[in-house]
Amino acid sequence: MDPAGPAAARIATLWWTMLAGSAAIFALVMLLLLIAYRRTPAPHQSERRQERFWLYGLGLAFPLVTLAALLIYGLVLGETLLPKSGEKVVTVRAEARQWSWSFGYADAAGRRTQGVLHIPAGRPVNVEITSLDVVHSFWAPRLAGKLDAIPGQVNVLRIEAAAPGEYHGVGAEFSGPGYSGDAFTVIAHDAAGWDAFLGRAKE
Amino acid sequence: MNALARHRALSRIWSSEPGWRGVISTVNHSDIGRMFLLVATLFFLIGGVLAMLIRTQLATPHSAFVAPAIYDQIFTMHGTIMMFLFAIPLFEGAAVYLLPKLLGTRDLAYPRLSAFGFWCYVFGGLMLVFAMLAGLAPDSGWFMYPPLSSSAHSPGVNADFWLIGVTFVEVSAIAAAVEICVSILKFRAPGMSLDLMPIFAWYALVTALMILMGFPPLILGSILLELERAFGFPFFESALGGSPLLWQHLFWLFGHPEVYIIFLPAAGVISTVLPVMARTALLGYRWVVAAAVALAFLSFGLWVHHMFATGIPHMGLAFFSAASTLVAVPTGIQIFAWLGTLWKGRPRLTLPMLYIIGFFLTFVIGGLTGVMVAIVPFDWQAHDTAFVTAHLHYVLFGGFVFPMLAGLYYWLPQITGRKRFFRIGEMAFWLIFLGFNGAFLAMHWVGLLGQRRRIAWYPEDAGWTAINLFSSISSFVMAIGVAMVVFDIALHALLAIRGSRNPWGAGTLEWAMPTPPAAYNFASIPIVGDREPLARDPELANKIARGEYFLGAPRGGLRETLTVDAASGNPEALVIFPGNSTLPIALAAATGAAFLGALIRAYWIVPIALLFVVGLSLRWGWSQREAAYPGLQNVGRATLLPQAIDTDRSPGWWGSAFLLLADAVLYGSLFFGYAFLWTVGPNWPPPQWLSLSVLELALGLIGAAAAAFGLHVAARAASRGASLWRGLFVALAGSGMTIAALAMTLTRAGQLTDYAYGATMFVMIAYALIHAAIAAIMTSSLVYQTLRGGAACPRTSNVNIVRLWTDYAAFVAATSLIATQFSSYLT
Repeated sequence: MDPAGPAAARIATLWWTMLAGSAAIFALVMLLLLIAYRRTPAPHQSERRQERFWLYGLGLAFPLVTLAALLIYGLVLGETLLPKSGEKVVTVRAEARQWSWSFGYADAAGRRTQGVLHIPAGRPVNVEITSLDVVHSFWAPRLAGKLDAIPGQVNVLRIEAAAPGEYHGVGAEFSGPGYSGDAFTVIAHDAAGWDAFLGRAKE
Repeated sequence: MNALARHRALSRIWSSEPGWRGVISTVNHSDIGRMFLLVATLFFLIGGVLAMLIRTQLATPHSAFVAPAIYDQIFTMHGTIMMFLFAIPLFEGAAVYLLPKLLGTRDLAYPRLSAFGFWCYVFGGLMLVFAMLAGLAPDSGWFMYPPLSSSAHSPGVNADFWLIGVTFVEVSAIAAAVEICVSILKFRAPGMSLDLMPIFAWYALVTALMILMGFPPLILGSILLELERAFGFPFFESALGGSPLLWQHLFWLFGHPEVYIIFLPAAGVISTVLPVMARTALLGYRWVVAAAVALAFLSFGLWVHHMFATGIPHMGLAFFSAASTLVAVPTGIQIFAWLGTLWKGRPRLTLPMLYIIGFFLTFVIGGLTGVMVAIVPFDWQAHDTAFVTAHLHYVLFGGFVFPMLAGLYYWLPQITGRKRFFRIGEMAFWLIFLGFNGAFLAMHWVGLLGQRRRIAWYPEDAGWTAINLFSSISSFVMAIGVAMVVFDIALHALLAIRGSRNPWGAGTLEWAMPTPPAAYNFASIPIVGDREPLARDPELANKIARGEYFLGAPRGGLRETLTVDAASGNPEALVIFPGNSTLPIALAAATGAAFLGALIRAYWIVPIALLFVVGLSLRWGWSQREAAYPGLQNVGRATLLPQAIDTDRSPGWWGSAFLLLADAVLYGSLFFGYAFLWTVGPNWPPPQWLSLSVLELALGLIGAAAAAFGLHVAARAASRGASLWRGLFVALAGSGMTIAALAMTLTRAGQLTDYAYGATMFVMIAYALIHAAIAAIMTSSLVYQTLRGGAACPRTSNVNIVRLWTDYAAFVAATSLIATQFSSYLT
């Protein structure tokens, strides 16, 4: 809940919106429940009118409208988070195993790092995720959502760090006894630092 | 005959044997229902102790309470027990106990099947408990994702206990579901049309149908995974043409409907109890029924929302996201129908109502967080964190345990005939309610801070320590509350004084009998013309006891009841139930031995046990064969009805039809897996295809057609009273040809099972072969009955049952042969 990149930031906004909406709906339901105990029922109210209010109105129309709005918001947002190609996009590769992460870089063939993923800050990064044994999941909470590492399959996740720094990452799908300690670090470099990293890699 | 003499005569006929023998031989639904409820509660307590161990482990950072290897077993078993050994059986127990009383009949459709299901559940549960005590419990998480649960990464017997133990328990769920469907559709009081059924029966019917459609994918998945573990069939091994995602699809095809299978019965309890507490009738009965049905349909279309993070294309996710948010609509309709009911009536604040208010508070929060995680981008963050754990507990504890506690306190006077006088229940409510919310509200928060689910420890600098400690302490408060409920019930059973017959002023039939209820429920079977017959006619209970309605004259020492037309509720036939029997427990033990043989890999046990299963099943069918009286029977009120076994479609036929529905879903899931591996699985096509054999194909297709045709002829002959020989001969020859063709194909497919494609071919053909064998055995039993001749001559209803099974076997043989033999041409 302390976003450090555009993807995580947009998801955080989504969360606060949904929390506010949910709190309002919850309050409404509780209020209706409370009033039920406080009021004296109106005599001879027709069943038909009550059905129209409670079932057509609150039961059917109300959730349909709210949910449609939320759904569209979620889908449009989801679309902006997808990994699309572009000039500035950097591609890296993440390989999970029990219980460590190994990273490779498209811009520096043959270069591998263990437990530390290097990325440039301020540029979109596509992480190609796969697994060598069981199902894992790549998750750097402050940068983006998570995506599973599945043996025999490559999934691509878009992450981006707004500023240089170190970010915490974990394996986020239960993977056996070593699961609790399954973590890695993402280091976001400034432009000079990234060049230096790639340059060092070329040596 | 006066009411007391009638009571004595009926009690003699219906009562179970005294003492321990009664426990193992009872087939009475009240007994079985109470036993189900008791054992499910025991498992709830075991699962609760495991939950406390989990919270102890997580109370402090870097906890050294238990090692990860043990901790993994604890949380896996907590989930497994609560889902499979508590929630589903508790529903089954409630339905088995209540349904005949609500529906105005004397027992469920198949009394011995209830007992069989109960013993399967007990034996399967014991296997898992034994595994836990021996330290061999499953440890891959309750959803058992391969490859983690495959033999390479879980070499021990732990995962096998899950796959085989849980499948065994699911057999019991399927048995109960078949029973519930047929009982609700056919075993009701005369005059009770579908529209007049108590609302709980509607919920139970929808739930049972969901079990029949929802459990088979998991049963198939478990069979496939066990085949992979035991024999190396690589269904989930991507290098050999399988896919780990296939398991996830099959698991969640079951797993999501499962959530609604758990919620719907609880909603049924609320829809029953809440209007009584508000002294009015449920607002919008038809809306609520429609909402339950809609929920059931939708719940099968959103399993993928558990897989948003598996790399499925975004358009696909959009569909499932929309479906997932859409389920909030029927849920909302029910919530507002209940609120509207409260507004309409004059609500009382009784103990059951207190639990229902607890339900409202927690379940609404669970529903709202459910909508949140149905939104794809948010789920990418929240998935597999403590936020999801908190959400699912709000839904399951809030949406199941609270309503079930309301139901417990509502029906307790009905079960025991006593009334509470201590106020322990109210105190327990507050402890449970406050403890629960403390424990799980905190868990939402720590999940958003990044705590993953299923971790065994976390570092001190994560900043989660205080929240976790608070959550753990709250959970212990809740545990004390649960213990107090148990204590309250024990006191109630031992000390409480006798209560009045209908303490809540309810209108449904279960209150129109003396409490605790007699083994036969109703001294005469009432005629129903209203949704709340007891509210309309306060004298109803006495009229029933005086024998003024159907079957008020006990005779011949036989357990009798009526079946009705499914839609209108017009009386249709007289049913004579079997009496006490140890056959169910014996059959469950034989089935258990077959499962256990597979579990400990002593495969020689399996065929021996299966022989016993077949033998006992035949004996089971046999003892039902002969009707007690010939011709039409007087069932009272000057009504003549045939016996059910003399009708074209006996209860056995209906049960077979529902069982085959579940069976067909399993077969369909197999085709889904085949298509999934074909289109999505990596490393396809296989190096070697199964070649086309015209001989096998022709032999199999002709055989299947002949078997179906033969039974068609036999059924027509039986209805005319003509000789069955010609039809049976053709059918038997046809089954033989099918079996020969399938066996030949199976041998060839058996050489290809080191690749996922060949393994799939093998399973498909083996499935067809098993069904062809079942059809052949059933046809042979008809041959035997015909040979014996006389009164034993097969009835039309029996021939129709065999015909149904043979038609299905023929369909399966034909489709599986075509799907396998032509597969090399489909590329």
